[in-house]
Amino acid sequence: MPDAVIAIDDLSKTYASGFEALKHVSLEIERGEILALLGPNGAGKTTLISIVCGIVTPSDGTVTVGGHDIVRDYRESRKMIGLVPQELTTDAFETVWATVSHSRGLFGKKPDPGHLEKVLRELSLWDKKDSKIMQLSGGMKRRVMIAKALSHEPEVLFLDEPTAGVDVELRKDMWAMIRRLRAAGTTIILTTHYIAEAEEMADRIGIIQHGELVLVEDKAELMRKLGKKQLTLTLQERLDTLPELLQPYALELAPDGESLVYTYDAQGERSGISGLLADLGSAGVRFRDLRTSESSLEDIFVSLVRDAS
Amino acid sequence: MNVEAIKAIYRFEMARTFRTPLQSLISPVISTSLYFVVFGAAIGSRITEIEGVSYGAFILPGLIMLMILTQSVANGSFGIYFPKFLGTIYELLSAPVSSFETVVGYVGAAATKSLILGILVLVTAWFFVPIRIDHPVWMLAFLVLTAITFSLVGFIIGIWAKGMEQLQTVPLLIITPLTFLGGTFYSLSVLPPFWQAVSLFNPVVYLISGFRWAFYGIADVDISISVAATLGFLAICLAIVSWMFRTGYRLKS
Repeated sequence: MPDAVIAIDDLSKTYASGFEALKHVSLEIERGEILALLGPNGAGKTTLISIVCGIVTPSDGTVTVGGHDIVRDYRESRKMIGLVPQELTTDAFETVWATVSHSRGLFGKKPDPGHLEKVLRELSLWDKKDSKIMQLSGGMKRRVMIAKALSHEPEVLFLDEPTAGVDVELRKDMWAMIRRLRAAGTTIILTTHYIAEAEEMADRIGIIQHGELVLVEDKAELMRKLGKKQLTLTLQERLDTLPELLQPYALELAPDGESLVYTYDAQGERSGISGLLADLGSAGVRFRDLRTSESSLEDIFVSLVRDAS
Repeated sequence: MNVEAIKAIYRFEMARTFRTPLQSLISPVISTSLYFVVFGAAIGSRITEIEGVSYGAFILPGLIMLMILTQSVANGSFGIYFPKFLGTIYELLSAPVSSFETVVGYVGAAATKSLILGILVLVTAWFFVPIRIDHPVWMLAFLVLTAITFSLVGFIIGIWAKGMEQLQTVPLLIITPLTFLGGTFYSLSVLPPFWQAVSLFNPVVYLISGFRWAFYGIADVDISISVAATLGFLAICLAIVSWMFRTGYRLKS
């Protein structure tokens, strides 16, 4: 990938407790894309983000942001990044304006009230700019954290569970904001539990489980794969070849000849199962057992969602 | 050098101070002033002069040191402990800010606040006790160095502390006793030889002695030792802080 804005190479993290949060993760993130990282709690999503942002020290491996190594060249790499962490952590007594100005300064940018005003207006925070943060609602605080992350005009934005515990309206606002940022060329990496959110927003989807990047795939491709189900028939008698009558079905005969696998589109209007079963009868193929299963990707997805809920 | 970040941290910390002027500025000045009003004016009239200095004036340098020490430690520790406690530290850790810049911002602000308080007490004292400053440049140097050193001590405590109790324990159980026993209220020469020797293990003795010398030219220990000790403490604190940042001690996992 020639235009990778973030290159993660063989990244591992073992915490002092001995817990291996990340195991040899390699990932390239393209400039301008929206990448959704899916995974259950404790899978390593936040650790991955925290390492790229400089909050957690990697045990092994390298990360570059815009070609700058995050350890050796941390100033350049961090300047490019805005981070919105999962937890709502804000100062209580500061005003919105003060905290956003503070963030911009920390990232080495000269004051620019015009930019801050634009950010606050886009997040519907402008009329709250002189309010103390503790007077704001949870949703507003979340917006403040996003405003802080955008205060220094980052090229890459990390959103760790941006819509966890957020009401529908704010979620829609946030999605709209993410689209605007992306249109302006910002690369966005978001973690989420919600497949719907990934489906709605992302260009690519990465799945992390037990500290490993299980897969990274184009969303459209993934959704196509996820849409597949399989019907497995255990036969009463071995088959050497498929009967002529069954050829139209995309059936797979197991190498041992004792089972047939029928893959179909679960989202299609007709699965073709009843036709297949009728034709099996006509062809004289009898089966002892049948079971349906979702493809392995969906297995992962479903288990992810189950763990997350 | 990320100057904007230093400015941002410094401003943020100073804003915290001036948001609560009563607690941050007025009350330390009043409580310290009470010492020299009570000890100096009420009791001091019954105590003979110490080496030609009235008792109220004699205790002033020690009282200023007492306040500089406790305020520096309190400010230095709170400034960094609070973001850690609230979780807002994530932003500092993810910002393109070096450890040096972080220390300059936080410790600079804590030391500034202590200095403001020290000067306020000095000015207040002027109304109550006869003060003379023989070596104003040294006086300022001791004031600044001590404020920086003990703001660093506070900063170290703030990073080290895992809870509010630890945060309070060190100032209350270590700093305050050391200061009271460090010759604020008496000259070491009035102590029996054994306790004089013990006192020399108290680092605060050197700070107070040097500071008092800057006012009245009288000292419990030689001024060069005081200067060396002050610089030594500063060096030790700097070494600990740089080790903490290098290893990410209690800041990063």
